[in-house]
Amino acid sequence: MAEQNAEQSTQDRRPTVIADELHIVYRVNGAKTGRGSATAALSRILKRGSDDSARGVRKVHAVRGVSFVAYRGEAIGLIGSNGSGKSTLLRAIAGLLPAERGKVYTDGQPSLLGVNAALMNDLTGERNVILGGLAMGMSREQIKERYQDIVDFSGINEKGDFITLPMRTYSSGMAARLRFSIAAAKDHDVLMIDEALATGDRKFQKRSEERIRELRKEAGTVFLVSHNNKSIRDTCNRVLWLERGELRMDGPTDEVLKEYEKFTGK
Amino acid sequence: MSETTHDGTVAVTAAPSPDAGLAAAELAAKYGLSVSGARPSLGEYVRQLWGRRHFILAFSQAKLTAQYSQAKLGQLWQVATPLLNAAVYFLIFGLILHASRGMSQDVYIPFLVTGVFVFTFTQSSIMSGVRAISGNLGLVRALHFPRASLPVSFSLQQLQQLLFSMIVMFVVAIGFGSYPGASWLLIVPVLVLQFLFNTGLALIVARMGAKTPDLAQLMPFILRTWMYTSGVMFSINKMLEGRPEWIVRVLQVNPAAVYMDLMRFALIDGYGASNLPPHVWAIALFWAVVVFAGGFVYFWKAEERYGRG
Repeated sequence: MAEQNAEQSTQDRRPTVIADELHIVYRVNGAKTGRGSATAALSRILKRGSDDSARGVRKVHAVRGVSFVAYRGEAIGLIGSNGSGKSTLLRAIAGLLPAERGKVYTDGQPSLLGVNAALMNDLTGERNVILGGLAMGMSREQIKERYQDIVDFSGINEKGDFITLPMRTYSSGMAARLRFSIAAAKDHDVLMIDEALATGDRKFQKRSEERIRELRKEAGTVFLVSHNNKSIRDTCNRVLWLERGELRMDGPTDEVLKEYEKFTGK
Repeated sequence: MSETTHDGTVAVTAAPSPDAGLAAAELAAKYGLSVSGARPSLGEYVRQLWGRRHFILAFSQAKLTAQYSQAKLGQLWQVATPLLNAAVYFLIFGLILHASRGMSQDVYIPFLVTGVFVFTFTQSSIMSGVRAISGNLGLVRALHFPRASLPVSFSLQQLQQLLFSMIVMFVVAIGFGSYPGASWLLIVPVLVLQFLFNTGLALIVARMGAKTPDLAQLMPFILRTWMYTSGVMFSINKMLEGRPEWIVRVLQVNPAAVYMDLMRFALIDGYGASNLPPHVWAIALFWAVVVFAGGFVYFWKAEERYGRG
Protein backbone atom coordinates (compact mmCIF):
# COMPACT_ATOMS: atom_id res chain seq x y z
CA MET A 1 0.00 0.00 0.00
CA ALA A 2 1.29 3.46 -0.86
CA GLU A 3 2.50 5.58 2.02
CA GLN A 4 -0.12 8.27 1.44
CA ASN A 5 -2.89 5.74 1.16
CA ALA A 6 -2.01 4.20 4.48
CA GLU A 7 -1.98 7.63 6.07
CA GLN A 8 -5.43 8.29 4.67
CA SER A 9 -6.94 5.10 6.02
CA THR A 10 -5.60 5.68 9.53
CA GLN A 11 -7.26 9.05 9.56
CA ASP A 12 -10.55 7.63 8.41
CA ARG A 13 -10.57 4.77 10.87
CA ARG A 14 -9.75 6.40 14.14
CA PRO A 15 -10.65 4.05 16.97
CA THR A 16 -12.80 5.54 19.73
CA VAL A 17 -13.53 2.48 21.85
CA ILE A 18 -11.36 -0.62 22.22
CA ALA A 19 -12.59 -3.54 24.33
CA ASP A 20 -9.89 -6.08 25.12
CA GLU A 21 -10.95 -9.51 26.45
CA LEU A 22 -13.50 -7.87 28.73
CA HIS A 23 -15.05 -9.87 31.58
CA ILE A 24 -17.71 -8.49 33.93
CA VAL A 25 -18.83 -10.39 37.01
CA TYR A 26 -21.65 -9.41 39.36
CA ARG A 27 -21.52 -10.69 42.94
CA VAL A 28 -24.81 -11.30 44.69
CA ASN A 29 -24.77 -11.75 48.47
CA GLY A 30 -26.70 -14.58 50.03
CA ALA A 31 -28.31 -15.86 46.87
CA LYS A 32 -26.82 -19.32 46.85
CA THR A 33 -29.73 -21.22 48.31
CA GLY A 34 -32.31 -18.75 47.14
CA ARG A 35 -33.40 -18.29 50.75
CA GLY A 36 -32.00 -15.53 52.89
CA SER A 37 -32.49 -17.46 56.14
CA ALA A 38 -30.58 -16.56 59.27
CA THR A 39 -28.81 -19.90 59.50
CA ALA A 40 -27.63 -19.59 55.92
CA ALA A 41 -26.23 -16.17 56.69
CA LEU A 42 -24.49 -17.48 59.80
CA SER A 43 -22.83 -20.35 58.00
CA ARG A 44 -21.73 -17.85 55.39
CA ILE A 45 -19.91 -15.83 58.02
CA LEU A 46 -18.38 -18.92 59.60
CA LYS A 47 -17.03 -20.01 56.26
CA ARG A 48 -15.36 -16.67 55.76
CA GLY A 49 -11.87 -16.91 54.42
CA SER A 50 -12.70 -19.68 52.01
CA ASP A 51 -13.56 -18.72 48.46
CA ASP A 52 -16.61 -16.80 47.36
CA SER A 53 -18.73 -19.74 46.27
CA ALA A 54 -18.41 -21.47 49.63
CA ARG A 55 -19.58 -18.31 51.37
CA GLY A 56 -22.79 -18.24 49.41
CA VAL A 57 -21.80 -15.32 47.24
CA ARG A 58 -23.13 -16.12 43.84
CA LYS A 59 -21.22 -14.89 40.87
CA VAL A 60 -23.00 -13.88 37.72
CA HIS A 61 -20.61 -13.83 34.82
CA ALA A 62 -22.45 -11.31 32.66
CA VAL A 63 -19.85 -10.54 29.99
CA ARG A 64 -17.30 -13.18 28.97
CA GLY A 65 -14.27 -12.07 27.06
CA VAL A 66 -15.70 -9.57 24.60
CA SER A 67 -13.25 -7.81 22.27
CA PHE A 68 -13.96 -5.28 19.56
CA VAL A 69 -12.75 -1.99 18.17
CA ALA A 70 -15.22 0.80 17.41
CA TYR A 71 -14.28 3.64 15.08
CA ARG A 72 -15.28 7.27 14.77
CA GLY A 73 -18.47 7.76 12.79
CA GLU A 74 -19.85 4.31 13.44
CA ALA A 75 -23.30 3.66 14.83
CA ILE A 76 -23.21 0.28 16.48
CA GLY A 77 -26.29 -1.67 17.46
CA LEU A 78 -26.19 -4.20 20.29
CA ILE A 79 -28.61 -7.08 19.98
CA GLY A 80 -29.23 -10.30 21.84
CA SER A 81 -31.93 -11.90 23.95
CA ASN A 82 -32.81 -10.60 27.43
CA GLY A 83 -30.01 -11.04 29.92
CA SER A 84 -27.33 -11.52 27.30
CA GLY A 85 -25.19 -8.75 28.76
CA LYS A 86 -25.96 -5.83 26.45
CA SER A 87 -26.63 -3.21 29.10
CA THR A 88 -23.78 -4.48 31.23
CA LEU A 89 -21.40 -4.13 28.30
CA LEU A 90 -22.55 -0.53 27.75
CA ARG A 91 -21.98 0.34 31.39
CA ALA A 92 -18.52 -1.19 31.30
CA ILE A 93 -17.63 0.86 28.22
CA ALA A 94 -18.81 3.96 30.06
CA GLY A 95 -16.47 3.02 32.91
CA LEU A 96 -19.39 2.71 35.32
CA LEU A 97 -18.95 -0.98 36.07
CA PRO A 98 -15.49 -2.15 37.02
CA ALA A 99 -14.10 -4.94 34.83
CA GLU A 100 -13.20 -8.26 36.39
CA ARG A 101 -10.55 -8.92 33.75
CA GLY A 102 -9.57 -7.21 30.54
CA LYS A 103 -9.73 -3.52 29.72
CA VAL A 104 -11.74 -0.93 27.86
CA TYR A 105 -9.91 1.96 26.22
CA THR A 106 -11.90 5.00 25.20
CA ASP A 107 -11.38 8.34 23.53
CA GLY A 108 -12.77 10.91 25.95
CA GLN A 109 -15.58 10.13 28.33
CA PRO A 110 -18.36 7.94 26.89
CA SER A 111 -21.74 8.72 28.37
CA LEU A 112 -24.87 6.74 28.85
CA LEU A 113 -28.07 8.44 27.75
CA GLY A 114 -30.13 8.46 30.91
CA VAL A 115 -30.42 10.54 34.07
CA ASN A 116 -33.32 8.74 35.72
CA ALA A 117 -31.36 7.90 38.83
CA ALA A 118 -30.44 11.51 39.56
CA LEU A 119 -33.98 12.84 39.41
CA MET A 120 -36.23 13.07 42.45
CA ASN A 121 -39.97 12.55 42.26
CA ASP A 122 -40.65 14.96 45.11
CA LEU A 123 -39.09 17.90 43.31
CA THR A 124 -40.65 20.07 40.66
CA GLY A 125 -39.91 19.38 37.00
CA GLU A 126 -38.08 22.68 36.93
CA ARG A 127 -35.63 21.71 39.67
CA ASN A 128 -35.18 18.28 38.14
CA VAL A 129 -34.09 19.81 34.85
CA ILE A 130 -31.38 21.70 36.71
CA LEU A 131 -30.41 18.77 38.93
CA GLY A 132 -30.28 16.33 35.99
CA GLY A 133 -28.22 18.73 33.92
CA LEU A 134 -25.72 19.23 36.74
CA ALA A 135 -25.58 15.46 37.33
CA MET A 136 -24.60 14.96 33.68
CA GLY A 137 -21.80 17.44 34.14
CA MET A 138 -23.30 20.49 32.46
CA SER A 139 -22.49 23.90 33.90
CA ARG A 140 -25.17 26.18 35.33
CA GLU A 141 -24.81 28.52 32.34
CA GLN A 142 -25.29 25.68 29.85
CA ILE A 143 -28.42 24.57 31.66
CA LYS A 144 -29.83 28.08 31.77
CA GLU A 145 -29.17 28.37 28.06
CA ARG A 146 -30.93 25.12 27.20
CA TYR A 147 -33.62 25.16 29.87
CA GLN A 148 -36.37 26.44 27.59
CA ASP A 149 -35.41 23.97 24.83
CA ILE A 150 -35.60 21.07 27.26
CA VAL A 151 -39.03 22.07 28.52
CA ASP A 152 -40.35 22.75 25.03
CA PHE A 153 -38.97 19.48 23.71
CA SER A 154 -40.57 17.46 26.50
CA GLY A 155 -43.93 19.07 25.75
CA ILE A 156 -44.70 19.04 29.47
CA ASN A 157 -46.17 22.53 29.39
CA GLU A 158 -48.45 21.82 26.43
CA LYS A 159 -51.29 20.96 28.80
CA GLY A 160 -50.83 23.69 31.40
CA ASP A 161 -48.04 24.75 33.70
CA PHE A 162 -46.83 21.32 34.81
CA ILE A 163 -43.14 22.07 35.01
CA THR A 164 -43.62 23.83 38.37
CA LEU A 165 -45.38 20.78 39.87
CA PRO A 166 -43.56 17.91 41.60
CA MET A 167 -42.65 15.07 39.25
CA ARG A 168 -44.70 12.59 41.27
CA THR A 169 -47.83 14.31 39.96
CA TYR A 170 -46.86 13.52 36.35
CA SER A 171 -48.30 10.64 34.40
CA SER A 172 -45.74 7.95 33.62
CA GLY A 173 -45.60 9.08 30.00
CA MET A 174 -45.00 12.71 30.96
CA ALA A 175 -42.24 11.74 33.36
CA ALA A 176 -40.57 9.55 30.73
CA ARG A 177 -40.70 12.41 28.24
CA LEU A 178 -39.12 14.84 30.66
CA ARG A 179 -36.39 12.33 31.53
CA PHE A 180 -35.54 11.77 27.90
CA SER A 181 -35.51 15.50 27.19
CA ILE A 182 -33.07 16.14 30.01
CA ALA A 183 -30.82 13.26 29.01
CA ALA A 184 -30.77 14.27 25.35
CA ALA A 185 -29.87 17.88 26.10
CA LYS A 186 -26.15 17.23 26.32
CA ASP A 187 -23.71 16.62 23.46
CA HIS A 188 -21.52 13.56 23.74
CA ASP A 189 -18.29 12.19 22.22
CA VAL A 190 -19.27 8.58 22.55
CA LEU A 191 -22.98 8.18 23.14
CA MET A 192 -24.72 5.07 24.42
CA ILE A 193 -28.46 4.66 24.24
CA ASP A 194 -30.19 1.89 26.12
CA GLU A 195 -33.63 1.29 24.66
CA ALA A 196 -34.53 4.93 25.08
CA LEU A 197 -36.58 5.11 21.92
CA ALA A 198 -39.68 3.50 23.31
CA THR A 199 -40.92 6.35 25.53
CA GLY A 200 -43.94 8.56 25.19
CA ASP A 201 -46.68 8.74 22.60
CA ARG A 202 -46.15 8.44 18.84
CA LYS A 203 -45.63 12.13 18.36
CA PHE A 204 -42.93 12.20 21.01
CA GLN A 205 -41.29 9.05 19.69
CA LYS A 206 -40.91 10.69 16.29
CA ARG A 207 -39.38 13.74 17.90
CA SER A 208 -36.97 11.70 20.00
CA GLU A 209 -35.82 9.56 17.07
CA GLU A 210 -35.02 12.76 15.25
CA ARG A 211 -33.09 14.05 18.25
CA ILE A 212 -31.11 10.81 18.42
CA ARG A 213 -30.15 11.18 14.77
CA GLU A 214 -28.98 14.72 15.59
CA LEU A 215 -26.96 13.47 18.54
CA ARG A 216 -25.43 10.82 16.29
CA LYS A 217 -24.23 13.46 13.89
CA GLU A 218 -22.52 15.36 16.70
CA ALA A 219 -21.16 12.32 18.52
CA GLY A 220 -18.12 10.42 17.36
CA THR A 221 -19.57 6.96 17.92
CA VAL A 222 -23.02 5.80 18.93
CA PHE A 223 -24.00 2.56 20.65
CA LEU A 224 -27.66 1.59 20.63
CA VAL A 225 -29.21 -1.26 22.60
CA SER A 226 -32.59 -2.25 21.28
CA HIS A 227 -34.90 -5.18 20.78
CA ASN A 228 -36.49 -3.40 17.89
CA ASN A 229 -34.73 -4.67 14.77
CA LYS A 230 -36.29 -1.91 12.71
CA SER A 231 -34.81 0.89 14.75
CA ILE A 232 -31.43 -0.88 14.64
CA ARG A 233 -31.69 -1.16 10.87
CA ASP A 234 -32.67 2.53 10.61
CA THR A 235 -29.86 3.89 12.73
CA CYS A 236 -26.91 1.49 12.78
CA ASN A 237 -24.28 0.48 10.23
CA ARG A 238 -22.68 -2.21 12.37
CA VAL A 239 -24.11 -4.69 14.82
CA LEU A 240 -22.65 -6.64 17.74
CA TRP A 241 -24.68 -9.72 18.67
CA LEU A 242 -24.24 -10.86 22.25
CA GLU A 243 -25.49 -14.17 23.53
CA ARG A 244 -24.83 -15.39 27.10
CA GLY A 245 -22.21 -12.72 27.55
CA GLU A 246 -20.21 -13.79 24.52
CA LEU A 247 -19.80 -11.97 21.25
CA ARG A 248 -21.55 -14.25 18.80
CA MET A 249 -21.26 -12.11 15.74
CA ASP A 250 -19.89 -8.73 14.70
CA GLY A 251 -20.44 -7.22 11.28
CA PRO A 252 -22.54 -5.07 8.95
CA THR A 253 -26.13 -4.60 10.09
CA ASP A 254 -27.86 -6.62 7.38
CA GLU A 255 -25.61 -9.65 7.69
CA VAL A 256 -25.87 -9.91 11.46
CA LEU A 257 -29.58 -9.16 11.62
CA LYS A 258 -30.28 -11.88 9.05
CA GLU A 259 -28.49 -14.45 11.16
CA TYR A 260 -30.11 -13.11 14.33
CA GLU A 261 -33.58 -13.34 12.85
CA LYS A 262 -32.86 -16.91 11.76
CA PHE A 263 -31.71 -17.66 15.31
CA THR A 264 -34.74 -16.17 17.01
CA GLY A 265 -37.03 -17.81 14.48
CA LYS A 266 -38.66 -14.67 13.14
CA MET B 1 -3.74 -8.27 28.27
CA SER B 2 -1.39 -7.73 25.35
CA GLU B 3 -2.71 -10.67 23.43
CA THR B 4 -4.01 -9.98 20.00
CA THR B 5 -7.67 -9.01 19.82
CA HIS B 6 -8.09 -9.03 16.10
CA ASP B 7 -9.77 -12.37 16.03
CA GLY B 8 -12.38 -13.49 13.54
CA THR B 9 -15.20 -11.42 14.91
CA VAL B 10 -13.52 -8.11 14.40
CA ALA B 11 -12.00 -8.96 11.05
CA VAL B 12 -15.45 -8.92 9.46
CA THR B 13 -15.50 -5.14 9.38
CA ALA B 14 -11.82 -4.28 9.53
CA ALA B 15 -10.51 -3.35 6.13
CA PRO B 16 -6.78 -3.97 5.72
CA SER B 17 -5.18 -1.15 7.61
CA PRO B 18 -1.77 -0.38 9.03
CA ASP B 19 -3.21 -1.03 12.48
CA ALA B 20 -3.93 -4.69 11.80
CA GLY B 21 -1.88 -6.88 14.05
CA LEU B 22 -1.46 -4.22 16.72
CA ALA B 23 -2.43 -5.42 20.17
CA ALA B 24 -5.24 -3.57 21.90
CA ALA B 25 -2.95 -1.79 24.32
CA GLU B 26 -0.66 -0.64 21.50
CA LEU B 27 -3.60 0.50 19.40
CA ALA B 28 -4.97 2.43 22.35
CA ALA B 29 -1.61 4.05 22.96
CA LYS B 30 -1.23 5.00 19.29
CA TYR B 31 -4.47 6.97 19.24
CA GLY B 32 -4.22 8.34 22.74
CA LEU B 33 -7.13 6.34 24.17
CA SER B 34 -7.28 6.00 27.93
CA VAL B 35 -8.53 3.17 30.10
CA SER B 36 -12.22 3.65 30.81
CA GLY B 37 -13.12 3.88 34.48
CA ALA B 38 -9.53 4.19 35.65
CA ARG B 39 -8.86 6.05 38.87
CA PRO B 40 -7.53 9.59 38.31
CA SER B 41 -4.55 10.89 40.26
CA LEU B 42 -5.33 12.52 43.61
CA GLY B 43 -4.77 16.04 42.28
CA GLU B 44 -6.90 15.39 39.22
CA TYR B 45 -9.57 13.88 41.45
CA VAL B 46 -9.72 17.00 43.61
CA ARG B 47 -9.98 19.10 40.46
CA GLN B 48 -12.85 16.97 39.12
CA LEU B 49 -14.64 17.14 42.46
CA TRP B 50 -14.29 20.92 42.50
CA GLY B 51 -15.72 20.99 38.99
CA ARG B 52 -18.81 19.22 40.33
CA ARG B 53 -19.37 21.65 43.21
CA HIS B 54 -22.63 22.93 41.73
CA PHE B 55 -23.96 19.41 41.45
CA ILE B 56 -22.91 18.59 45.01
CA LEU B 57 -24.69 21.65 46.38
CA ALA B 58 -27.80 21.20 44.23
CA PHE B 59 -28.04 17.52 45.14
CA SER B 60 -27.81 18.23 48.87
CA GLN B 61 -30.45 20.97 48.65
CA ALA B 62 -32.72 18.74 46.57
CA LYS B 63 -32.45 15.95 49.15
CA LEU B 64 -33.20 18.38 51.94
CA THR B 65 -36.28 19.77 50.19
CA ALA B 66 -37.55 16.38 49.08
CA GLN B 67 -37.54 15.20 52.70
CA TYR B 68 -40.63 17.13 53.74
CA SER B 69 -42.28 17.88 50.42
CA GLN B 70 -45.24 15.59 51.10
CA ALA B 71 -46.00 17.02 54.54
CA LYS B 72 -48.73 19.62 54.89
CA LEU B 73 -46.54 21.91 56.97
CA GLY B 74 -43.80 21.44 54.39
CA GLN B 75 -40.45 23.03 55.10
CA LEU B 76 -41.64 24.14 58.55
CA TRP B 77 -40.62 20.64 59.67
CA GLN B 78 -37.00 21.60 59.13
CA VAL B 79 -37.31 23.63 62.33
CA ALA B 80 -40.10 21.69 64.06
CA THR B 81 -38.26 18.34 64.00
CA PRO B 82 -35.19 19.50 65.97
CA LEU B 83 -37.46 21.45 68.32
CA LEU B 84 -39.50 18.33 69.13
CA ASN B 85 -36.30 16.35 69.52
CA ALA B 86 -34.98 18.80 72.06
CA ALA B 87 -38.30 18.74 73.92
CA VAL B 88 -38.21 14.95 74.23
CA TYR B 89 -34.66 14.93 75.57
CA PHE B 90 -35.53 17.70 78.02
CA LEU B 91 -38.53 15.74 79.26
CA ILE B 92 -36.51 12.59 79.87
CA PHE B 93 -33.11 13.85 81.00
CA GLY B 94 -34.06 17.21 82.49
CA LEU B 95 -37.35 16.46 84.24
CA ILE B 96 -37.35 12.70 84.86
CA LEU B 97 -33.70 11.72 85.31
CA HIS B 98 -32.33 15.04 86.59
CA ALA B 99 -29.12 14.65 84.62
CA SER B 100 -28.27 18.32 85.15
CA ARG B 101 -26.16 17.48 88.23
CA GLY B 102 -26.03 20.86 89.80
CA MET B 103 -26.13 22.89 86.60
CA SER B 104 -28.78 25.58 86.80
CA GLN B 105 -31.76 25.25 84.43
CA ASP B 106 -30.55 28.37 82.62
CA VAL B 107 -27.40 26.54 81.64
CA TYR B 108 -28.61 22.97 81.44
CA ILE B 109 -31.41 23.40 78.90
CA PRO B 110 -29.30 25.21 76.28
CA PHE B 111 -26.48 22.77 77.19
CA LEU B 112 -28.72 19.81 76.37
CA VAL B 113 -30.22 21.31 73.23
CA THR B 114 -26.81 22.28 71.85
CA GLY B 115 -25.44 18.84 72.65
CA VAL B 116 -28.30 17.04 70.94
CA PHE B 117 -28.10 19.14 67.77
CA VAL B 118 -24.34 19.07 67.43
CA PHE B 119 -24.17 15.34 67.99
CA THR B 120 -27.05 14.71 65.62
CA PHE B 121 -25.05 16.55 62.95
CA THR B 122 -22.19 14.04 63.24
CA GLN B 123 -24.54 11.09 63.71
CA SER B 124 -26.68 11.70 60.67
CA SER B 125 -23.65 12.54 58.51
CA ILE B 126 -22.30 9.08 59.31
CA MET B 127 -25.64 7.33 58.81
CA SER B 128 -26.17 8.91 55.41
CA GLY B 129 -22.50 8.34 54.60
CA VAL B 130 -22.84 4.57 55.08
CA ARG B 131 -25.56 4.48 52.45
CA ALA B 132 -24.06 7.15 50.21
CA ILE B 133 -22.75 4.61 47.69
CA SER B 134 -24.66 1.42 48.53
CA GLY B 135 -28.00 3.27 48.55
CA ASN B 136 -27.35 5.11 45.30
CA LEU B 137 -26.04 2.33 43.08
CA GLY B 138 -28.50 3.37 40.38
CA LEU B 139 -26.88 6.78 40.19
CA VAL B 140 -23.36 5.37 40.41
CA ARG B 141 -24.04 2.95 37.56
CA ALA B 142 -25.74 5.48 35.31
CA LEU B 143 -23.66 8.62 35.44
CA HIS B 144 -20.09 9.64 35.55
CA PHE B 145 -18.89 11.86 38.39
CA PRO B 146 -16.27 11.63 41.12
CA ARG B 147 -17.96 9.31 43.61
CA ALA B 148 -16.82 11.42 46.57
CA SER B 149 -19.53 13.86 45.45
CA LEU B 150 -22.12 11.65 47.14
CA PRO B 151 -20.78 11.44 50.71
CA VAL B 152 -19.71 15.11 50.56
CA SER B 153 -23.16 16.08 49.35
CA PHE B 154 -24.85 14.13 52.13
CA SER B 155 -22.68 15.81 54.78
CA LEU B 156 -23.54 19.14 53.22
CA GLN B 157 -27.21 18.26 53.50
CA GLN B 158 -26.73 17.59 57.21
CA LEU B 159 -24.89 20.89 57.60
CA GLN B 160 -27.87 22.71 56.10
CA GLN B 161 -30.15 20.76 58.41
CA LEU B 162 -28.04 21.89 61.36
CA LEU B 163 -28.31 25.51 60.22
CA PHE B 164 -32.08 25.17 60.54
CA SER B 165 -31.63 23.64 63.99
CA MET B 166 -29.41 26.59 64.93
CA ILE B 167 -32.48 28.81 64.72
CA VAL B 168 -34.02 26.73 67.52
CA MET B 169 -30.69 26.74 69.35
CA PHE B 170 -30.49 30.54 69.27
CA VAL B 171 -34.05 30.92 70.48
CA VAL B 172 -33.44 28.52 73.39
CA ALA B 173 -30.16 30.21 74.34
CA ILE B 174 -31.72 33.66 74.32
CA GLY B 175 -34.78 32.35 76.17
CA PHE B 176 -32.53 31.17 79.01
CA GLY B 177 -30.56 34.34 79.32
CA SER B 178 -27.56 33.86 77.00
CA TYR B 179 -27.62 36.87 74.69
CA PRO B 180 -25.71 37.19 71.41
CA GLY B 181 -22.20 38.43 72.02
CA ALA B 182 -18.75 38.35 70.48
CA SER B 183 -18.30 34.74 71.56
CA TRP B 184 -21.10 33.69 69.20
CA LEU B 185 -18.69 34.37 66.33
CA LEU B 186 -16.78 31.26 67.43
CA ILE B 187 -19.69 29.21 66.11
CA VAL B 188 -18.38 29.65 62.58
CA PRO B 189 -14.95 28.03 63.05
CA VAL B 190 -16.53 25.27 65.17
CA LEU B 191 -19.01 24.49 62.39
CA VAL B 192 -16.29 24.48 59.74
CA LEU B 193 -14.09 22.12 61.74
CA GLN B 194 -16.95 19.79 62.62
CA PHE B 195 -18.12 19.74 59.01
CA LEU B 196 -14.65 18.72 57.85
CA PHE B 197 -14.51 16.01 60.51
CA ASN B 198 -17.98 14.70 59.60
CA THR B 199 -17.23 14.66 55.89
CA GLY B 200 -14.04 12.70 56.52
CA LEU B 201 -15.96 10.15 58.58
CA ALA B 202 -18.72 9.97 55.96
CA LEU B 203 -16.11 9.25 53.27
CA ILE B 204 -14.61 6.46 55.36
CA VAL B 205 -17.90 4.75 56.15
CA ALA B 206 -19.10 5.26 52.56
CA ARG B 207 -16.25 3.11 51.27
CA MET B 208 -16.80 0.53 54.01
CA GLY B 209 -20.56 0.53 53.42
CA ALA B 210 -20.07 0.11 49.67
CA LYS B 211 -18.24 -3.16 50.31
CA THR B 212 -20.24 -4.31 53.34
CA PRO B 213 -23.78 -2.91 53.31
CA ASP B 214 -24.42 -4.68 56.65
CA LEU B 215 -22.66 -1.76 58.27
CA ALA B 216 -25.87 0.24 57.94
CA GLN B 217 -27.55 -2.18 60.37
CA LEU B 218 -24.67 -2.06 62.83
CA MET B 219 -24.03 1.68 62.77
CA PRO B 220 -26.98 2.83 64.95
CA PHE B 221 -25.63 0.78 67.89
CA ILE B 222 -22.11 2.13 67.54
CA LEU B 223 -23.45 5.65 67.26
CA ARG B 224 -25.69 5.31 70.31
CA THR B 225 -22.79 4.05 72.40
CA TRP B 226 -20.73 6.96 71.18
CA MET B 227 -23.50 9.38 72.07
CA TYR B 228 -23.81 8.16 75.67
CA THR B 229 -20.06 8.37 76.25
CA SER B 230 -19.71 11.82 74.71
CA GLY B 231 -21.61 13.79 77.32
CA VAL B 232 -24.57 14.86 75.24
CA MET B 233 -27.00 14.93 78.18
CA PHE B 234 -24.54 15.40 81.04
CA SER B 235 -21.32 17.19 81.72
CA ILE B 236 -18.36 14.77 81.59
CA ASN B 237 -16.57 16.84 84.26
CA LYS B 238 -19.40 16.65 86.75
CA MET B 239 -20.43 13.08 86.05
CA LEU B 240 -16.94 11.74 86.66
CA GLU B 241 -16.04 13.84 89.68
CA GLY B 242 -13.67 11.89 91.90
CA ARG B 243 -12.62 9.50 89.15
CA PRO B 244 -9.00 9.49 87.94
CA GLU B 245 -8.06 12.55 85.89
CA TRP B 246 -7.02 10.56 82.83
CA ILE B 247 -10.46 9.01 82.31
CA VAL B 248 -11.98 12.47 82.17
CA ARG B 249 -9.29 13.63 79.76
CA VAL B 250 -9.75 10.64 77.44
CA LEU B 251 -13.50 11.20 77.26
CA GLN B 252 -12.96 14.91 76.68
CA VAL B 253 -10.65 14.62 73.68
CA ASN B 254 -13.24 12.48 71.91
CA PRO B 255 -14.04 14.58 68.82
CA ALA B 256 -17.80 14.58 69.39
CA ALA B 257 -17.29 15.93 72.93
CA VAL B 258 -14.80 18.53 71.69
CA TYR B 259 -17.14 20.03 69.08
CA MET B 260 -20.10 19.95 71.47
CA ASP B 261 -18.17 21.66 74.25
CA LEU B 262 -16.80 24.31 71.92
CA MET B 263 -20.28 25.07 70.61
CA ARG B 264 -21.65 25.33 74.16
CA PHE B 265 -18.73 27.52 75.20
CA ALA B 266 -19.46 29.83 72.27
CA LEU B 267 -23.19 29.98 72.85
CA ILE B 268 -23.93 29.76 76.57
CA ASP B 269 -22.89 32.50 78.99
CA GLY B 270 -22.80 30.30 82.07
CA TYR B 271 -20.63 27.62 80.40
CA GLY B 272 -17.11 28.89 80.93
CA ALA B 273 -13.66 27.86 79.74
CA SER B 274 -13.20 25.75 82.88
CA ASN B 275 -15.37 23.09 81.24
CA LEU B 276 -13.02 22.73 78.28
CA PRO B 277 -10.01 20.41 78.18
CA PRO B 278 -6.60 22.03 77.68
CA HIS B 279 -5.57 22.79 74.06
CA VAL B 280 -9.15 22.33 72.94
CA TRP B 281 -8.79 24.30 69.67
CA ALA B 282 -5.69 22.34 68.71
CA ILE B 283 -7.55 19.09 69.34
CA ALA B 284 -10.53 20.29 67.30
CA LEU B 285 -8.27 21.27 64.42
CA PHE B 286 -6.31 18.00 64.65
CA TRP B 287 -9.44 15.83 64.39
CA ALA B 288 -10.84 17.86 61.50
CA VAL B 289 -7.68 17.84 59.39
CA VAL B 290 -6.57 14.27 60.07
CA VAL B 291 -9.98 12.66 59.62
CA PHE B 292 -10.87 14.70 56.53
CA ALA B 293 -7.55 14.19 54.75
CA GLY B 294 -7.35 10.53 55.76
CA GLY B 295 -10.96 9.86 54.80
CA PHE B 296 -10.58 11.56 51.44
CA VAL B 297 -7.51 9.56 50.45
CA TYR B 298 -9.05 6.33 51.77
CA PHE B 299 -12.21 6.90 49.70
CA TRP B 300 -10.27 7.89 46.56
CA LYS B 301 -8.20 4.70 46.68
CA ALA B 302 -11.26 2.59 45.82
CA GLU B 303 -12.74 5.07 43.32
CA GLU B 304 -12.71 2.67 40.36
CA ARG B 305 -14.40 -0.11 42.34
CA TYR B 306 -17.60 1.66 43.43
CA GLY B 307 -20.61 0.34 41.57
CA ARG B 308 -19.58 -3.28 41.37
CA GLY B 309 -22.64 -5.21 42.44
